[in-house]
Amino acid sequence: MSLAVAKKGAITSIGPSAWRPAVVAIAILLVLAALPSLVDPYQTVLLTYGLIMAIAALGFNLLLGYTGLLSFGHSAYFGAGAYTVAFIVRDLGAQSMELCIVGGLLGALLISALFGFVCVRHTRIFFGILTLALSQVLWSLAFKFFWVTGGTDGIRVASAKLTLLGGFVNFAGPGSFQRFVFAYYYYVLGLFALATVIMWVIVHSPFGKALQAIRDNETRASFVGISVRRYRWIAFVISGAFTGLAGVLWVPLNGLTTPDILYWPFSGEIVFMTVLGGFRTFTGPIVGAVMFNYLKTYAVASTEYWQLLLGVVLVVLVLALPSGIVGTAARLAARFTRGTS
Amino acid sequence: MSLLETVHLKKYFGDTHAVDDVNLTIEEGEFISLVGPNGAGKTSFCNVVSAYYSADSGKIIFQGEDVSNASVTQRVKAGIARSFQLVNLFDDLTAFDNVALAIFSREGKTRNIAALARRDSEVTREADAVLNQFGLAGKRNELARGLAQGERKLLDVALAYALRPKLVFLDEPTSGVSTRDKGQIMDTIASVVRGEGITAVVVEHDMDVVFKYSDRIVVMHQGAILAQGTPAEIRKNEQVAMILIGSSGPDAFSRKD
Repeated sequence: MSLAVAKKGAITSIGPSAWRPAVVAIAILLVLAALPSLVDPYQTVLLTYGLIMAIAALGFNLLLGYTGLLSFGHSAYFGAGAYTVAFIVRDLGAQSMELCIVGGLLGALLISALFGFVCVRHTRIFFGILTLALSQVLWSLAFKFFWVTGGTDGIRVASAKLTLLGGFVNFAGPGSFQRFVFAYYYYVLGLFALATVIMWVIVHSPFGKALQAIRDNETRASFVGISVRRYRWIAFVISGAFTGLAGVLWVPLNGLTTPDILYWPFSGEIVFMTVLGGFRTFTGPIVGAVMFNYLKTYAVASTEYWQLLLGVVLVVLVLALPSGIVGTAARLAARFTRGTS
Repeated sequence: MSLLETVHLKKYFGDTHAVDDVNLTIEEGEFISLVGPNGAGKTSFCNVVSAYYSADSGKIIFQGEDVSNASVTQRVKAGIARSFQLVNLFDDLTAFDNVALAIFSREGKTRNIAALARRDSEVTREADAVLNQFGLAGKRNELARGLAQGERKLLDVALAYALRPKLVFLDEPTSGVSTRDKGQIMDTIASVVRGEGITAVVVEHDMDVVFKYSDRIVVMHQGAILAQGTPAEIRKNEQVAMILIGSSGPDAFSRKD
């Protein structure tokens, strides 16, 4: 996916030649599809995590980049998806991943609809604080009600017991984890591609335009007849559903869900990856999520002060590349194109 | 039946009587200018009728219906639109997208989440036609923030017009632009508004503009209506001349001293 970045780095629609980004997207998808055969399983796992977080960041950016609302509580919807899957597997004995997705999405929808209803009554810092506070409520519930949630021990979700595509793919027998990693990568890649296309259509739809109008000028938006609060709420719920889907997909890969994914630093990571990639572009959150995942993995492996390292990266990023990796790359590309033409 | 009727409309800010017991009737198709010194209550009146502010008391009757308690969006849907004194646009959207959004909203299409906006050929055609009417066709793909002040003023009016309102409030559509551009902007607005039979209430300070374009002039002072009449009647009103330009006598408005 690609989009034109107009003056001032604003999100705008793609140009009339819509086939070009489609060709680029398909090429990237083909490269991603070929990767597991070329790299070792560990790298496949890392990339799977990256793609999952990309879905979360895409959802988050519908609020930040397109609606102008900075949420500090998206861990709540990620966690709602993840914990719902854990409950379904543990308490209902379900094995179908598709059932987990439907259940997890419903859980995330319920929580985001409820929290969103409260939060969209406010904007700016008040909105941010409310999202943060509500996500902390969910975290404390997961933390304290250990007889339901397992407390800090969390809930285990064994990947070997799960089935994909309505039972068509299962992982019983020897080499279970390796087979799971390989198959699950393609499963996540398919859902990532689907989620990206859906989000692309949403932000380029009349509804998406209305969200951008609200972001730019909520007063004028209401004076062209848009119910600002209702549209913000719908955007919030869609955003929560995408992030919830990421939570659903994350659980089997991680094998365990703990209150950490409901805690505020996790919300901060989603903000971080979106800013890293560039929240003013459609593809920024995707690139940011994948990059952040590698950055964090290698930072954790190389120093015990990895949070410090990430903090320094964030400060440098905000000062040097305020439009993020994709925003900066697009601007450089535009300058290069102008220079050669 | 009048298009709009305000009955004992009041809006106070502490001791300031911004709108003070205003009874105004507006007939369909009129081009009205709202004039008065700074702080007379012109913009406050527009704000109360368009629901930007809620009225303290009084009634707003639009097409025979009491819309006093209706929200901004309800009044927009009923057919009341407005532009703003300080240009109010969607700055990070193109001129085309600004107008297209107003059309999508009017048609109830902003609820459409599963189709690409640019594939809607009807809206695209209409948005291009509106931009053309306002002389902005050449700026179609420019971001609103990049337009010149005069163009931004016109786009602001175009947004209100694209809603196909029955009544439009234009709050100082020529403020902050050169005298030469002023004439062009007013000519464009007058031709579009009169051509479509839209009732317009224009807040304006430039009396040359006011006398040239208005069917009726309403003069406000300290939140109340001081006088109203045709341009010829207002031109002769010494009290109005005294309040607006600080001098009176025959042809006070014509003197350029």
